[in-house]
Parts: sequence; C-alpha cells; structure tokens
Amino acid sequence: MRNFFDTRRNPTLAWAGIVLVGATLLVLPFVLASAGTFWVRITNQAILYCFLALGLNIVVGFAGLLDLGYIAFYAVGAYVYALLASPHFNLHLPFWIILPMGAAVACLFGVLLGAPTLKLRGDYLAIVTLGFGEIIRIFLNNLSQPVNITNGPQGLYMIDPFRLGSFNFAQRETILGLDFSGPVKYYYFFLAALLAVIVINMRLQDSRIGRAWEAIREDEVAARAMGINTRNIKLLAFAMGASFGGIAGGMFAAVQGFISPESFILVESVMVLAMVVLGGMGNIWGVVLGAVLLSFVPELLREWVGPAQTALFGKMLIEPEVIRMLLFGLALVLMMLFRPAGILPSALRKRELEGVKT
Amino acid sequence: MVNGLTLGSVYAIVALGYTMVYGIIQLINFAHGEVVMIGAMVAYSVIVVLTGANTGMPPLFIVLLGLLAAIPACMGVGYTLERVAYRPLRKAPRLAPLITAIGLSIILQHLALIIWSRNPLPYPQIIKTIPYHITSTPDGATITNVQVAIIVGSLAMMGGLLLLVYKTKLGVAMRATAQNQQVAGLMGIDINRVISLTFVIGAALGAVAGVMVGSYYGIAHYQMGFILGLKAFSAAVLGGIGNLAGAMLGGLLLGIIEALGAGYVGDLTNLSNLSDWSDALAQRCVSDPNLTLFGSNYQDVFAFLVLIAVLIFRPSGLLGERVSDRA
Repeated sequence: MRNFFDTRRNPTLAWAGIVLVGATLLVLPFVLASAGTFWVRITNQAILYCFLALGLNIVVGFAGLLDLGYIAFYAVGAYVYALLASPHFNLHLPFWIILPMGAAVACLFGVLLGAPTLKLRGDYLAIVTLGFGEIIRIFLNNLSQPVNITNGPQGLYMIDPFRLGSFNFAQRETILGLDFSGPVKYYYFFLAALLAVIVINMRLQDSRIGRAWEAIREDEVAARAMGINTRNIKLLAFAMGASFGGIAGGMFAAVQGFISPESFILVESVMVLAMVVLGGMGNIWGVVLGAVLLSFVPELLREWVGPAQTALFGKMLIEPEVIRMLLFGLALVLMMLFRPAGILPSALRKRELEGVKT
Repeated sequence: MVNGLTLGSVYAIVALGYTMVYGIIQLINFAHGEVVMIGAMVAYSVIVVLTGANTGMPPLFIVLLGLLAAIPACMGVGYTLERVAYRPLRKAPRLAPLITAIGLSIILQHLALIIWSRNPLPYPQIIKTIPYHITSTPDGATITNVQVAIIVGSLAMMGGLLLLVYKTKLGVAMRATAQNQQVAGLMGIDINRVISLTFVIGAALGAVAGVMVGSYYGIAHYQMGFILGLKAFSAAVLGGIGNLAGAMLGGLLLGIIEALGAGYVGDLTNLSNLSDWSDALAQRCVSDPNLTLFGSNYQDVFAFLVLIAVLIFRPSGLLGERVSDRA
C-alpha cells in the first residue's frame, strides 16, 4: 500500500492512484444510493467503524495495550451527544460544541480506566478493560432511577441531527441539480472527518509520542530506561484512543437518532478488536481495510445467505447473524494461527508476532 | 449468606479451571466460561430426553447421567481448545493466544446458539427442592437440598483436586511443568500431555459447575458462560491466580460479597433513608418506597469492582506468591 502511494519514488503512479481513489470515494454514495439508501447507511456505519478501529489501534496497535472495553468510550460519546441534543433534557446544543465535549468526556473516562490499570499487562489488562466496558453498560442500563438520566434500557430517541445554520444534515435537498439525501450528506461529512483522523494518526505514529508508544510496546522496561515517562505516555494512549471513540459515538448518535445500551455490548468491542487484528495491528491502512471488510462482508452475507439457504433447503436453517458471528470467531482464530500480523502487517508488528522475539 | 456460599462454591470450581491453566502456562483461558456453558447445555439435553422418556429412573440418577454426559463433552471441548488455540501459539507473544481464545469462545457460543436455540432454556427441576431451616425462627435462614449438594459436591471436588495435584505422579508432573517447562521436559515429562491434561481436568470441573449453575438457577442460556467466566476469573485473581487454594477461597469470598453486596447496598441506598435530604426526594419516596440508588441491578458490578480493587492493591491476590510483574 505504502509503495503504491509513494509520492516520492513514483509520483505519477501515486498521484494517479490517489486521484482515482478520491474520485471513487466522491461518487460512491450516488452509485450506492442507486442500489438503495440502505447501502449508504451501511457505508456511513463502516466509516464510523473505521473511526473506532483507528482509535483502538492507538491503544492496541501502537501502544500494545489490549483493550476489550473500547466500546464504552463509543457509548460515552454517544450518550453525551444524545443527552445534550435531544428532548430528554430539552437541550439542543449545536453539534460542533457537543462533539468536542463528547471527546473530552470520553477522554476523561479513558484516563479513569487507564490510571488504575497502568501496572497491568496483557491478559489482565484485557479482563479489567472488559469489566470496565460492562460496568459502563450496566450503569447506562440502570441510571433511569432514581433520577432519570439515561432513560434505562429504552434508550434515548429523537436525537438532533447535525445542523449548521439552516443546513440540516438529515434533510433531503437538491444542490446543483444533484439529489442529496440525508445519509449522503453525512457520508461526505464522515469521509472528511475520517481523512482528518487518518492524517492525525499518521502524524501521531511518526511523532515522538508515537515512537514512545512503539518503544513501550516492544519493551516497557527498556523504554523507561531510555527516559520515556511510561506512565504518562500510556495514559495518553488511553486518552487519545478514547477521544476518537467519543467523537465516533457522537456521530453515531446523530446519524441514528436513537441510542440504547443495546448498541454497546461486549460483542461490539470484540468486533472492533477483530477489525484491528484482521487488518494488521499498528498499520493505519490495514486497520481501515479491516474495518471496511468487517462492516461490509456481514451485510453482504445478510443479503445473500438468507435467500441462498431458502433456495437450497427451502427454509432458513441458520440465521445470517449467527453465521456472521461464527465467521468472526473463525477469522480471529485463523488470522492468529496463520497470519498473526494481519492482512497488511506493520513492519514492526510483523517482526514481533512472527516470533523473532518471544 | 447461604446463597452466597452456594454461588461462591460454583465460582470456586470455575475459578479452579482458570487458575490451573494459568498456573501451568501463564495464560488465561478466555473460553473457559464457554466450556461451563457447554457443560450445562449437554446435561440439559440429556436430562430433558431422559425425563421425557419416562424411564422411571430416580431424578437424582438422571441428573448424574446428565453430568456424566457433560463431563466427557467438556473434556473434548477443553482438549480442542488447547490443541487449536494454545498449543500452536505457545511460543508466540501473549496477545496471540488471547485473541484466538476470544475467537473460539465466540464460535462456541454461536454453535451452542445453533444447537440449543437462542432462548433461555428452562432447566428441568426434577429434584424437588426441600428447604431446611438453619435457625429456629420460622422466617430465619434456610438452606435447600440442592444448595447442600452444590456446596458439598464442590468441596469434595476441591479436595480431590488438591489430592491429585499434591499426591499423585501426574500432580508432580504438573507442578514441575508449571515451574519450568524446559527442565520438566528434560526430566522426561511429556509437557504437551501434561498441559492437555490440565485443560481437560479444568474442563471437567467446568462441566460440573455448568450443571450446578443450571440446576441452581433453573435456566441455561447460550451466553451464560461469559459473565460466569468473568466472575470466576475475578475470583481466581482475588485468591491469587495460579494458586489452587486461592481460587477456592476467592470463589467463596466473591460469592458471599456478591450476595451480601446486592442485598445490603440496596437497602443502604434505599431512598427512604435519604429522604431527610430534600423534600423532593421525600415526595418521590412516598410514591415509590422501594426506590434505591444502587439496587440488585448492580450485582454484576461488584465482581468487577472487586477485581479492579484487587489488581490495584494486591495484584498477587490474597494467597498469591507470584510477583506482580506477570500482571
């Protein structure tokens, strides 16, 4: 991937490639819309998953801290948005205020989770983060009494869409003769945000902090000996990963217009982790690829597996949802056994996971 | 308290499965909860079939048969787990087997979903529960025969396991492998066999625990393994992971903490106690006297809080001897 888009060594090919990809991404929603707005929604969801996967990649891929409760930050971001922009408290703040707030609150939770778990490594950390994710979900589920904050299992609804002045992201309108439906507008917004996040991530990876994360991942003791403040740098990884999750959560709440604790169960955390692992931990493009693959393949399965079964056996034997999860599990196992560094491995990860260092 | 003790002994048995595996290869068997679930499910099927067939067998015998079917099934699952998820990755970094184990636990869950449907299955209550009064007052604490069976059964199994580990040749081999795999191998111990056996024994314990949980709660569900596994893991950590006695102690303690916590914290934070604070609160209390701040809905939170607290303040657990660097 990197060779292909190497603007320095092969400028013509690289720019041609970039323009091609850019053009495809620009017209994509209209092509998809002709197949049904449903597919545009799926694409938006895929972009949100890219967000989440990139955020988790900071924690798992860069810093090597396995976080199984990542979805909690997504939940926090979503609830912050929903509480501040819905009839529930009758607050309707504009989204460009709430999104950063969501990021900040999620960041705070990231530090809250990070601080007590700093000393833990590997599997312990995984279990504590998993517990943390569950705690957040249980609280969201039960904070409807005595004071109704989260509205419990019913969730929050009628959440405001993004609005800029009179420009409403949820409304269909015609601009320059082109028909922009709500999801298509969101698509462009999300795409721009995703590009920004990717650029931030790439810059982060090559920065002092990024290199410090890598050093901690490889050998924490050595990293400390080299003068890296491991405590702060690890906290930073948690905080940054969490903020991306928080922003994605806010966007999710706005697009859906409805959220409930159901959306933030453990399986979602595992799914985001699967995206990171599948694509290649620590490699930004790999993670994006993993997220896109794991968002679309299940939907395609849903489209095809059900009808195929009906055609073959005359009835639905196994629900597509179940097949999806089975394939998930299988993908995780097979990836670890045969290509532990992911589809697009990062150079360092590859070396580590293929066992030069045990 | 009795509920807590019962729950605690189940946790203890499941925790033993974690702690044995951890003790020997320093890895957490993430899919152990699923083994417990499979055990409960297999026993469920056997019990339902036998009860339905009207064989005239005594109920206790049927449950025992279910147990006997569940144990080999779980042993098979445990062996497969070790073979697929752990053995090929024994030399890999620790993240890798963890992820395969998560993958396998998803697969097991959904296979169970396909076989046993996604609805909670009512566990046939063929053994009549008879409550016995412990205290002389009629509304005092009671204990049922099922609870007695669970507590006694798990104590017996713990004893058996301790005997196995400390008195038999296999136990010596296991402890040797746990200390140093390479040297143990040089001493003529078949490490692969010992590790497989550890997984298999852990799984067998899991099967028993599964049947116990099933008959205690009267329900089996394809997702029941996850939260149970998590709590048992907390118990193992509480007692000091890798330490058998620790797992037992941790399990019992956690069960009691949970039962008491859910019971008392609810009462303590009942808003009627707080109604002096403000008139608005007092008014709410009139309309809804059972309103609590942290009721039993938060039961599951206690296990995690215990886990996090232990990891922060005493990472090696109550009886742990290992240094915290492992963590």
